[in-house]
Amino acid sequence: FIEMLDSNKDSLKLEAMKRIVAMIARGKNTSDLFPAVVKNVACKNIEVKKLVYVYLVRYAEEQQDLALLSISTFQRGLKDPNQLIRASALRVLSSIRVTIIVPIMMLAIKEAASDMSPYVRKTAAHAIPKLYSLDPEQKDQLIEVIEKLLADKTTLVAGSVVMAFEEVCPERIDLIHKNYRKLCNLLVDVEEWGQVVIINMLTRYARTQFLNPNLNECLLEEGGESTFYGSDADQDEDEDEDKKDEALSKRKPYVMDPDHRLLLRNTKPLLQSRNAAVVMAVAQLYFHLAPKAEVGVIAKALVRLLRSHSEVQYVVLQNVATMTIKRRGMFEPYLKSFYIRSTDPTQIKVLKLEVLTNLASETNISTILREFQTYIKSMDKDFVAATIQAIGRCATHIGEVRDTCLNGLVQLLSNRDELVVAESVVVIKKLLQMQPEKHSDIIKHMAKLTDNIQVPMARASILWLIGEYCEHVPKIAPDVLRKMAKTFTNEEDIVKLQIINLAAKLYLTNSKQTKLLTQYVLNLAKYDQNYDIRDRARFIRQLIVPTDKCGALSKYAKKLILALKPAPILESPFKDRDHFQLGSLSHLLNTKAGGYQELPDWPQDAPDPSVRNVEVKESVPEWTKCSSREKRKEKKVEKPFYSDSEGESGPTESADSESDSASSSASGSEQSGSGSEESEESEERSDSDEEEEEEEEEYMSLDVLMGPTPSPQVTPVGNFLSSSLVTDLEGLSLTDTVLSPATISPSGSLKSYELLHRITGEGLWVEYCFSRQPFLPDPHMVAVQIQFTNSAATEAKSLRLEEAKLQSGMRVKEFPEIEVLPAGESATVVMGVDFCDSTQAANLQLCTHSRKFFVSIQPPVGELMTPSFMTENEFKKEQGK
Amino acid sequence: MYCSCCFSLPNSSGFSVATMNGQLKKCHIAITSFIDSCSPFLIPSSLSPSLCDSSHNLDSLPIVAVEMIHSLFLINHSGDIFLEKHWKSVIGRSVCDYFFEAKEKAAEPEDVPPVLQTPHHYLISIYRDRLFFLSVIQTEAPPLFVIEFLHRVVETFQDYFGECSETVIKDNVVTVYELLEEMLDNGFPLATESNILKEMIRPPTILRTMVNTLTGTSNFEERLPSGQLSTIPWRRSGVKYTNNEAYFDVIEEIDAIVDKSGTTVCAEIQGVIEACVKLTGMPDLTLSFMNPRLLDDVSFHPCVRFKRWEAERVLSFIPPDGNFTLMSYHVNAQNLVAIPVYVKQNISFFESGSGGRLDLTAGPKQTMGKTVEGLVITVHMPKAVLSASLTATQGSYTYDPATKVLVWDIGRLNPQKLPNLRGSLSLQAGAPKPEDNPSINIALKIQQLAISGLKVNRLDMYGEKYKPFKGVKYVTKAGKFQVRT
Repeated sequence: FIEMLDSNKDSLKLEAMKRIVAMIARGKNTSDLFPAVVKNVACKNIEVKKLVYVYLVRYAEEQQDLALLSISTFQRGLKDPNQLIRASALRVLSSIRVTIIVPIMMLAIKEAASDMSPYVRKTAAHAIPKLYSLDPEQKDQLIEVIEKLLADKTTLVAGSVVMAFEEVCPERIDLIHKNYRKLCNLLVDVEEWGQVVIINMLTRYARTQFLNPNLNECLLEEGGESTFYGSDADQDEDEDEDKKDEALSKRKPYVMDPDHRLLLRNTKPLLQSRNAAVVMAVAQLYFHLAPKAEVGVIAKALVRLLRSHSEVQYVVLQNVATMTIKRRGMFEPYLKSFYIRSTDPTQIKVLKLEVLTNLASETNISTILREFQTYIKSMDKDFVAATIQAIGRCATHIGEVRDTCLNGLVQLLSNRDELVVAESVVVIKKLLQMQPEKHSDIIKHMAKLTDNIQVPMARASILWLIGEYCEHVPKIAPDVLRKMAKTFTNEEDIVKLQIINLAAKLYLTNSKQTKLLTQYVLNLAKYDQNYDIRDRARFIRQLIVPTDKCGALSKYAKKLILALKPAPILESPFKDRDHFQLGSLSHLLNTKAGGYQELPDWPQDAPDPSVRNVEVKESVPEWTKCSSREKRKEKKVEKPFYSDSEGESGPTESADSESDSASSSASGSEQSGSGSEESEESEERSDSDEEEEEEEEEYMSLDVLMGPTPSPQVTPVGNFLSSSLVTDLEGLSLTDTVLSPATISPSGSLKSYELLHRITGEGLWVEYCFSRQPFLPDPHMVAVQIQFTNSAATEAKSLRLEEAKLQSGMRVKEFPEIEVLPAGESATVVMGVDFCDSTQAANLQLCTHSRKFFVSIQPPVGELMTPSFMTENEFKKEQGK
Repeated sequence: MYCSCCFSLPNSSGFSVATMNGQLKKCHIAITSFIDSCSPFLIPSSLSPSLCDSSHNLDSLPIVAVEMIHSLFLINHSGDIFLEKHWKSVIGRSVCDYFFEAKEKAAEPEDVPPVLQTPHHYLISIYRDRLFFLSVIQTEAPPLFVIEFLHRVVETFQDYFGECSETVIKDNVVTVYELLEEMLDNGFPLATESNILKEMIRPPTILRTMVNTLTGTSNFEERLPSGQLSTIPWRRSGVKYTNNEAYFDVIEEIDAIVDKSGTTVCAEIQGVIEACVKLTGMPDLTLSFMNPRLLDDVSFHPCVRFKRWEAERVLSFIPPDGNFTLMSYHVNAQNLVAIPVYVKQNISFFESGSGGRLDLTAGPKQTMGKTVEGLVITVHMPKAVLSASLTATQGSYTYDPATKVLVWDIGRLNPQKLPNLRGSLSLQAGAPKPEDNPSINIALKIQQLAISGLKVNRLDMYGEKYKPFKGVKYVTKAGKFQVRT
């Protein structure tokens, strides 16, 4: 290998690396090759490089010193102009578990966290937990990075950073406040795995920040609830919402926090995800957070998952079992979906049985029992045993069918399979304890079984029954004892103990017939191998057989031994499991797993909701080159607003979205949030699609924005920068307030366009945006704001624009020359362009001290217009011209 | 004249640093005590906190860093580990012993519990294609998350290599390793979309394997992928085809339980739309149905715009390139489901216990005028049944005495001449008459029919100029179709 690796030929190296990787995969130790492999880390061939990375990550921990040789390669990679190379360098660097490089990693992560490529930032988020597990001392610094990344508005980053948050500082929910609404709004577009993590985190968050929506309902009309279950299966969302609004209005004074509603509304579509983990995450969110009346929607989705792989079924059924205990009505309409097929694996059958048992009620018990009857004939004996247990549980819970069940079980006593009989005996014993008087024939019948049944548990149960109710079967009981005394030495321990019990009880009730027998049994027990049995025998003898120095206890022997025993309560093993967050590993195992985050109880009083208000100013990081496309949206907003959205959004959602400054700023962040990812894809998408997408988003934001009445919103002065949309809508809402043009022009996040790519610009990166400010030197010109960023290693000098080819009539007012732009710095200037009301591009020449670049600025139509206000009459007049 | 975003950040970050330093001390303490109270190793949840404190010593505690999948082991049917991959520090193979123990206990591979607890780790496994995919995790993680991911791994392998078997994985071990490397980063899923993965690691084809052996190159893409960077993560960029085609298969499965007397105990229809889209560029497709009201419950590929579905009941999407499942749906169970075939059965055993008789007849019920094909009837016999000597009027039968499964492959169902299978069963000598009932499972296929009546109305394409070839196919199959006896 070493020869191959040292050779100059890439193909030989590749072949060697392939073999090495194959060995690693098989679990063979190849660490002795480390020096030879690590030399190739700088290999030009990308295939070899990748495999070397695989090797390095696997063995670096064992060969720390040698691994350091490779670090400089990655450090170089971190500076590469290609974002993918930067990302992969960071990925490998952070995967090398060598403590010495912690400072280097920290630095790299910090740098990558403010990289302009969202992909690199995502990688930075991934690297955070790696560093944390390597050196927990770095926590404080890492939290800073997490905080920064949480403010990120791209869907690509959101999932990964929340993952990092969960690993490093899940207790710092204060970091979430400002990002809460953004996360809710981005959720649908985040990749599947990120969705799961975010939803789980938000569940916990909501539990600490909002009030329990079911608090009032617990006290009020428990019965009224059931109408909501089931019925909402086929309803449209609209009706659903209406209904629940009615319900809510009846039960004042609880008012759901609009942010709580936002979370519920934005997660609901994810129930339609193809990913079972996402569906489960939403289901648990609804189960833990939603008002009772709304939880029903998750049932259908969970039932759908039962079509999936058996492992998925296994987990889902466990969770359904827990849910059915609390909210039986939710799954009742889907009863048949839990019917068992003979081809199901046993563990699935048993879980389905559990669910069916939980769902049993007076109304459906006959159907369920009929199903159970077929299950009893199954070939799978473990399953049959579980079915018998289930019948027992149904019988204890539903009084009407107790006798039917008991009769059925008694019939099973003549089954040829011993296991079935034994299980039946055990269950019958439990059932009989509830009303023994009526059933002495059953006890007699069972007494006869002792001759045949060999399963110890069943024998023990029968003996206990006979002992306990020996008064009902006075003739048979002594006879059974006689037989048992004969076989005593060959019995299992649990049976022996019950024989002693039986003897004791008979001695107390019928000492004439059984005195000698009891003595005999106790003597046998005295010399038994098992000390439990010897103990028991000694204890019983002292208690029941009167001797000279008999203690005070023997007076009470009858009371002690023949006391009335309470009937056992047959309970579901899933009872009370819901104190674990559903869908979690801890819930599944019913023990707390390491790293499990307790689901907090609802707070008594809601914490201040204003912490979630976002001032847009703060949350716009410097790299948002593409934070929003306000201007383009501006013109589109008008369409849905005037045409249909007023009618549409009003009745459905308005009632629950409070129109206050809080929600308006939420929509502000949503707008810019969705805008940012939107604009990224826009280059690749067709025009028609864009329009469509935007319309969708518009609906969403309008829903939030539109209060019950379109009254003029009182926007606090500090907030008026928040979003152009808000102000636009104010202008559009046909109030008399005349807004000055300055108010219209938003200085919040604007859509930026790239003027010069950093690679073609040799490190100089230029973006422009339309700042929508009046260009003061010349009112006919449009203000264009240009941002220069120098990402090259050297400084750039004398940056200026020269007119190259302008369309006729176009004029440009250049910005003052930037003399020096040091490496890593950025500068912003404003220039004016008169486009002559055309959308033709202005072609310009961008000069540095060393080079010239041809660039062009293309204005979207919307950027060329200025808003003006007029009354309706004026408008008609203008239109008439 | 600066836009607000340019000077806002220095402010905000300076502010946050200041406040955070103040708070950090406190939360550090909080986390130590938290770790203390929930160590996975020592404390059953029922113990009181005071007990926990005394039961172990704080210094020896490992750092609880929540990570998802730690390691993956691939185990074949006979219990050999043939591939291992670690995303963090290496975990010894011995951890699998707990799994093998559980496997021993289980009667069938399907009965191995998917989630196992060991003293230091949790094992989550899936069983597919006669292989176990066993992942090791150390701390709390949603089990479905891990299970779903493992299934995604299997599907990726199938997509790449055509099948997922031990031989195939061993033959392509380097590609497999590369894939696993890309799919998880530090145990957290990174790229699971096949379109993205294929840009990074090319699937092997016969032609390329030959070229590779000749030229000594391998499967890695020289060019770096771009799909990861777009917000359409499921579609690779720069797709080009000379023939632009889009095919949609509407496949419906009937899940039913029919009881002895032929009455339907429960029945429902589950459908999927499998798509094979080979279109140039960035097409934006809209698929509409004649009767979308039929669909009761749906789940979509991430590419489908949910809002449009909510509003207009159309599927609007930019498709991934190649094969994918566009949607799966459930048809309302209240609508009566047409059951295409019936099976008349009479399986009885003699009281003496020496043997039994079997008589099966299959016939068409509600086939909507189409022919039933690929009819296969499978009977799981009681353990005591040794052999069967039967005669079939159509098709052929096999009886496997080891698994006790009788398979009768009928093929096309002829309504004029109903297929029948009859004969005698012989039982193990001395065995009592079996009490348990055999169950009958049915497989069938009906071409050109969606049993629910669902019809695709039209497919429109936006965003590209060319005219694609469009095709829709309907198939109905029996899903979990069982007849009780």
